[in-house]
Amino acid sequence: MPTAIVTMPTTAKRGEVIAIRTLVAHPMETGYRPGDGGGVLPRDLIRRFQCHYNGELVFAAELYPAVAANPLIGFFTVATESGSLRFTWDGDNGFAHSESVAITVT
Amino acid sequence: MTRAMQDAVTRGIEPAAARRSVLHAGAALGLALVLRPARAATSDDLRAAVTAFARGAAVREGRVLLDVAPLVENGNAVPVTVSATSPMTAADHVAALAIFNERNPQRDVVVFRFGPRAGRAQVATRIRLATSQQLVAVAQMSDGSFWSHTVDVIVTLAACVEP
Repeated sequence: MPTAIVTMPTTAKRGEVIAIRTLVAHPMETGYRPGDGGGVLPRDLIRRFQCHYNGELVFAAELYPAVAANPLIGFFTVATESGSLRFTWDGDNGFAHSESVAITVT
Repeated sequence: MTRAMQDAVTRGIEPAAARRSVLHAGAALGLALVLRPARAATSDDLRAAVTAFARGAAVREGRVLLDVAPLVENGNAVPVTVSATSPMTAADHVAALAIFNERNPQRDVVVFRFGPRAGRAQVATRIRLATSQQLVAVAQMSDGSFWSHTVDVIVTLAACVEP
């Protein structure tokens, strides 16, 4: 089970720009590194990250091998209404993980 | 006495001439050092990657900022922040921010996509750098214009070399 950490405020004023930081445990194996047997370690990447705010896509990222292991993404969004933010990571070998964080907007 | 001068003396050339040739060699070396930054001009495939992202549209300098330390100690995790100046309204916002590199195995690093609800076009992440090279950040605005910022970074410990 992969672990992910999402750091963001759980309360905000309407219209406020909130900072969100996400970190997910993943090796982000590039497919270029030599392995023990002399071959190349097979590629294993997170390819896509998305953030949905109450079902609407507000931010997305496409990741390539040059993103460091345990991808950290810090971004912003506007607090529009109370609800939840869903963060999803998709990658090679069927990797899929999602986290949800509730937010109260006043 | 330098090697060149010794050679000149053994060949019977006047030492003054030998000194001149040494001076000329020194001048050429100095010229090479002066010219070296010009060699660091954006490489062809980096430019091709940027052009492909812009789908052939003109890419201008400005409006986007790639913040990265000029001297990187560990290429395995290099903190970078890319941001663009934009009001982030439905009519005028940043549609995408992308980072490209010059000398990793692949040119693409990461692409961030925004809508007007992103609030602020600024993203922080950590990337890998295989060696000292150029990085280019490209911003795609909602009006279809493209802007770029080029940064040179020196990497002392490269990514991908240790297991």
